[in-house]
Amino acid sequence: MLDALFGHLDLWGQALWGTVVLFFGGGAIALVLGVIVGGMRVSPVPIARAVGTVYVNLVRNTPLTLIFFLFAFGVPVLVEGDVDFLGLAVWALGLYTATYVAETMRAGINTVPVGQAEAARAIGLPFGQVMSLVILPQAMRAVIPPMMSVFIALLKNTTVAAGFSVLNLGSIRAYMSERGENAMDVLLWVAIIFVALVMLLTLLQSQLERRWKVAR
Amino acid sequence: MRTTRRGSAIAIGAIAAMALVGCAQGTPGDPAATDGGDTGDTGALFEVATDVQLEGSPTFDAMTEAGGVTIGVKEDQPNLGYLDPVTGDRTGFDVDISRWIAASLGFDEEQITFQSIPSANRETAIQNGDIDYYVGTYSITDSRKESIDFAGPYFVTGQGLLVAADSDIASIDDMDGQTVCSATGSTPIQNIRENYPNIETTEFDTYSQCVEALLAGTVQGVTTDEAILIGYAAQDPENLQVVGEPFSEENYGVGLPKDDDALRDHINTLFEENPDIWQAIYDANLGSSGVEGTQPEVDRY
Repeated sequence: MLDALFGHLDLWGQALWGTVVLFFGGGAIALVLGVIVGGMRVSPVPIARAVGTVYVNLVRNTPLTLIFFLFAFGVPVLVEGDVDFLGLAVWALGLYTATYVAETMRAGINTVPVGQAEAARAIGLPFGQVMSLVILPQAMRAVIPPMMSVFIALLKNTTVAAGFSVLNLGSIRAYMSERGENAMDVLLWVAIIFVALVMLLTLLQSQLERRWKVAR
Repeated sequence: MRTTRRGSAIAIGAIAAMALVGCAQGTPGDPAATDGGDTGDTGALFEVATDVQLEGSPTFDAMTEAGGVTIGVKEDQPNLGYLDPVTGDRTGFDVDISRWIAASLGFDEEQITFQSIPSANRETAIQNGDIDYYVGTYSITDSRKESIDFAGPYFVTGQGLLVAADSDIASIDDMDGQTVCSATGSTPIQNIRENYPNIETTEFDTYSQCVEALLAGTVQGVTTDEAILIGYAAQDPENLQVVGEPFSEENYGVGLPKDDDALRDHINTLFEENPDIWQAIYDANLGSSGVEGTQPEVDRY
């Protein structure tokens, strides 16, 4: 049991690194793009609302594995030159998770009373500042728990990349079974690592909640 | 408390995700015509034994009790272990070897249940008793011997290289800076990662995906046991070719439950005493590849 982990530390290290890169890379894209798309969906510009709606509905309704397929097998056909599967996987995860971030943001924005936006507009702030100075800081507080769920889902979704040439915790089982380790032991370790990683995220969540808590 | 409960739910989720990833490895390859190894032909190569007695073999006792035998095989390797998605026929050298073993134990085609099991799940399937034995490009290694036992070897091959027919690459040494593809985590890809650091690697779930990537030009080579590559080259000789000498040695054995020495001896004796049947099975399946097949010496460890 212990041997499955400590006998192959180099491989576990590489696999963990792969998962971490996928998570932070995909998470960064998802956060930036998700906030933008979420903003677009509540913006006063009809075309921005339409683009946001189409993007969310199109990408969110597609299974993640299918998106990976399109990136791993479609992009190389379209683009000349070398293919970086890690980069493709980061984009696939980021674009997919962005739809969830956008919807979570929109839910948060809806928790801010309309009067707040109206008051901000009344003092002459443009849409960008209405969002960044008034609405989003209040919305952020409301969305921490659901947003953390989105990122926990992202963390676990990284394992899908194992089927598309990216070494991560999801592919380690195949390596270990070739090296003669018991598959159940290996999976148990993978589960333990994921529980630990998610606990870190949960810790971050309670930190953020405490910092942005509003006295009621 | 809330944290722990969420944690355990996620653990289950992670395991399920792993299982899903694992399942994808069973994806069958492209439907394509394979020649040789027709189900009908091989029946004539060997006869089903009658009144078989095998003292002290728990696996054989279980087979007799169940009235049939469950065999683990591959399904996506043309001419070795292949499941025709249209007709449902199983063909190939490994599959016929497994039929031969079943026949020697007194089970005819009707009593055989084939189960497609991808590489990563083989030991688990044998240990859990899901299958009675496994025949499918299963390399004999010391680490595997710790959890299961092997009869044989019944075939020797080595890691080879498959490239496009119009490629300049003549051996693995020409691959520096190029990309080579193999199955996720397989021994060949681990060998490349460790011993050929200048070669880029790409890993997909199945060999057929690698061959697709090779045909699309995404990768410049596919590496795994030469026997498997010969199968693909034979399928599409206009676009694919096997180059260079094998650069490792793999001994294929029959995977058996640990410590069933009676069954292991039975299969080893079967291989030793019937070289003509072995040759006939080889010729029927891999003879057309043009590579001479010689039966390896059985290793009774």
